[in-house]
Amino acid sequence: MTALLEARNVTKVFGGGLLAKTRTVALENFSLAIDNSPPSFTAIVGESGSGKTTIARLLLGLTAPTSGEVLYQGKDVRHMSRAEHRTYLREVQVVFQDPYEVYNPFYNVDHVLETPIIKFGLAHTAKERRTLIEEALEAVGLRPEETLGRFPHQLSGGQRQRIMVARALLLRPRVIVADEPVSMVDASLRATILKSLANLNQQFGISFIYITHDLTTAYQVSENIIVLYRGAVVEAGDVEQVVQNPQHPYTQLLVGSIPLPDPHQPWAAAKPPAGVGTPTAASCKFTDRCPYAMPMCITHAPPLFRTDPRRVAACHLYRDAPAIGPEELTSVFTDSPSGVSSHEVAADG
Amino acid sequence: MKAETIATGATARQTDILHVEDLRVYYHTPRGAVRAVDGVSFDLKPGERLGFVGESGSGKTTIATALIRLIRPPGKIEGGRVLLGDIDVLALSDEQMRQLRLAQIAMVAQGAMNSLNPVKRVRDQIADALIDHGKNYPRQEMAERIAELLQRVGLKPEVAGMFPHELSGGMKQRVVIAIAISLRPKVILADEPTSALDVVVQRQIMETLRAVQDDLGASIILIGHDMGLMAQFVTRLGVMYAGKLVELGSVENLFDEPLHPYSRLLIGSLPSLTRKGAFEGIPGVPPSLLDRPSGCPFRTRCPHAFDRCVTEEPQFREVRPGHWVSCHLYEEIV
Repeated sequence: MTALLEARNVTKVFGGGLLAKTRTVALENFSLAIDNSPPSFTAIVGESGSGKTTIARLLLGLTAPTSGEVLYQGKDVRHMSRAEHRTYLREVQVVFQDPYEVYNPFYNVDHVLETPIIKFGLAHTAKERRTLIEEALEAVGLRPEETLGRFPHQLSGGQRQRIMVARALLLRPRVIVADEPVSMVDASLRATILKSLANLNQQFGISFIYITHDLTTAYQVSENIIVLYRGAVVEAGDVEQVVQNPQHPYTQLLVGSIPLPDPHQPWAAAKPPAGVGTPTAASCKFTDRCPYAMPMCITHAPPLFRTDPRRVAACHLYRDAPAIGPEELTSVFTDSPSGVSSHEVAADG
Repeated sequence: MKAETIATGATARQTDILHVEDLRVYYHTPRGAVRAVDGVSFDLKPGERLGFVGESGSGKTTIATALIRLIRPPGKIEGGRVLLGDIDVLALSDEQMRQLRLAQIAMVAQGAMNSLNPVKRVRDQIADALIDHGKNYPRQEMAERIAELLQRVGLKPEVAGMFPHELSGGMKQRVVIAIAISLRPKVILADEPTSALDVVVQRQIMETLRAVQDDLGASIILIGHDMGLMAQFVTRLGVMYAGKLVELGSVENLFDEPLHPYSRLLIGSLPSLTRKGAFEGIPGVPPSLLDRPSGCPFRTRCPHAFDRCVTEEPQFREVRPGHWVSCHLYEEIV
């Protein structure tokens, strides 16, 4: 079956040209297929330099893969007919990190909402346009009468970001890529925005790809999670399993470094790296920081081992489990869970 | 140094390294005065780690900038008292203040790692700070001092010869901390010291900060918005809202039994790693600091507001030993 939005064996290399001294592999052999029946909520988590924003830009067609392809409804997004490309642009929407920079300060916020309606011819009359805008604003918890006609500087960061979500929603997308949508928003408003995303996922059947450095919010809103480290997937699967019981030493380090908002649960002591030798290009990328590194980690990078029906970890510690190719990553999200690992849907309204 | 001679003086605030009373900082705009910090009082004990948490615009950074007297126009310190030991900070001349900075009170500002000079080696940037404060060590001794400072913040001595662009974000932040502690200040102001760093590096930086603090016996004021970081780092926590300190207490009391409705909602808005869906946003937005509502600044968003909150501003008072709050709900208790 053709997936709605798919990255197939995508590698992105920056630099490496004639004059460049270094080439940086931002993303290596990444595959992911997103469907929206049923709608899914997938978090892609990693530190800066992990390649998570590169994935967002590739899926949105903002950058071309060095090798591999990005497909929408089975068609390579770089080689589409005009009509197909238009559909892709409309149905795959984005919410960016910075709710300040996307606005033109000289226009009131109506402008940012009207433009997509006009460009895509979604309304025939001004009244229809107004109705669409009001519905979209209400869907993200904003009161149209308090929002429309205002200028960006008159709104809070949280309100601006919700307007961006409303703008994406206007186009009735099937997938929304949200790249760090709450990292610049205050804690008290973060919850509201994340809940509005979860609501759109359930109410409008929109699949979300939530890109973030924050495991806690990823845990709160998503059902599937992919953890990236230096351009490669280190662990992926059901969010409950990955966050509650991380298997890859890097995921363990990430989870252990989160400052819990509880003074009675101090940071546990971090384990020092094992130091098994100097990593090479063939080594597991985490070797130099890994407390459990073994000589085999130096000689070859581990494949994805399927440690549970709904989880993979790229670590030799789990070499007894069956290995899968990177192109099979999506199977850990879609296969029906066998046995105990049933996933509970987030219990939020 | 002057501060050492006072150590024998017998005053009531003997035990405090820093005493702040009714600090007011306003930003003057064509539309009127923005009261960014509006009557904040607190004490800091030697060796203590005190945190100020709040949303953007709550005044937390302005407090730090005022303590080190780096408020720039249109901002102005309108009133209050800041005593560092027995030095009246607000009464010092600009030159005296310049000498006091770094030597007695140092700041690790938000995004400070981007303030390193890109065309100077780390060694020269640290040396600049020392020389500027009259520590003109001979060449060999200077090199030793710099190596020692770098080692204290967990960097190798080789870093001294490097340029900022050769360092990662975490390493640059360590250099900034090395500069901040180069003159062994008594108070370190850390304003969102890890805001642009990844969570693993953040933890390392916070641990470094704690280690150098232990080393020097200095006190730290940590400014931030991340309640998790506060819980892990500080011993006492103040909650800021709309330019006011609304609650202050030990970090355990604040998390276990937050008194102010805002603190309670703020803690409730934190996503948990164990319970899914158990977090709620705070409805509404903070008031405009130009046009503050009458009475309590939080009343427009407060689920417990009653008529008195509209007419009368609550006093900041100690309702339990060491636990201060400004809320009418607790006035009957006293």
